[in-house]
Amino acid sequence: MRPANTCWHCFQMLASRALVRGLQSGFWRRVSTSSAAWAAHTHDVDVIDCSVPQYNNRLDTPLPDVPFVRNLSAEQKKLKEKEKGSWTQLTKEEKLALYRLTHELSYAEMRQGSKEWMTVLGGVFIFLGFTGLLVWWQRVYVYGDVPHTLSQESVAQQTQRMIDMRVNPVHGFSNKWDYEKKQWK
Amino acid sequence: MFRAALRLSVSGARSLTRSRPQYTASVAARSYSHGKQETDEEFDARWVTYFNKPDIDAWELRKGMNTLIGYDLVPEPKILEAALRACRRLNDLASAIRILEAVKDKSGPHKEIYPYVLQELQPTLNELGIPTPEELGINKA
Repeated sequence: MRPANTCWHCFQMLASRALVRGLQSGFWRRVSTSSAAWAAHTHDVDVIDCSVPQYNNRLDTPLPDVPFVRNLSAEQKKLKEKEKGSWTQLTKEEKLALYRLTHELSYAEMRQGSKEWMTVLGGVFIFLGFTGLLVWWQRVYVYGDVPHTLSQESVAQQTQRMIDMRVNPVHGFSNKWDYEKKQWK
Repeated sequence: MFRAALRLSVSGARSLTRSRPQYTASVAARSYSHGKQETDEEFDARWVTYFNKPDIDAWELRKGMNTLIGYDLVPEPKILEAALRACRRLNDLASAIRILEAVKDKSGPHKEIYPYVLQELQPTLNELGIPTPEELGINKA
């Protein structure tokens, strides 16, 4: 939060910088900034180059186009050299390391779900509940009184009038009133 | 060919390859299009030849494997053996393990296919020193 006594001009500059930062951490990193100065600030995130084959975790593509780890450390390079020899010489950890160099997620890891749906459902219910609160407040504090014709007494008078008028006497309303016994059938 | 696997509900693992649906005659009994229908054996032979190419390169291995997994079948162990040997020629252990994972995933609900394939491939796995995903612990997330 900026202190209140900072000039508006500085605030605007920082706001636009924050906006560019936000864009940079999103997908279109290169597109959102063109100057080399800004590029120097993006060293903390990886740049995705969509014009060359990319690694992907897909069940229907067991062997991706490129290995997951492209830039090998010296130790990893040594392991790759050892891979050229007999695989029976490799320890289990080395074999696992070789697998993880080429693949980010195993099939089991690709298939596992997440608990995100609980978060989503919870969020939906929270917002529905909040909406319910708003609707209640509106009902109580915004809406005026209901017309007097909906009061018990008024409705009784209306009903009596409808019976007297013989409203729908064949199948409907008055049909259900017993005129002899003066009660509902 | 494991095309028959989807039609057989309860059968031993061995019988999957033994029992052949009748369309594997060399002259097509039913025609999906004009021309001869490729038999299971021809399909297998074609793929075994593909992976047995001595100077196969990494792209061809990837392309072959990804295409094969795209088909509606689980590849025969002999195709997989050729693919694993191709991985060996390319010094690519990770791909070999990945192929085994893909076979298990491809069998879907037919749980008996993967153990059968492993059983058939065991000599090759031992010879080349390829671990199964279970041995490495990556079969569980």
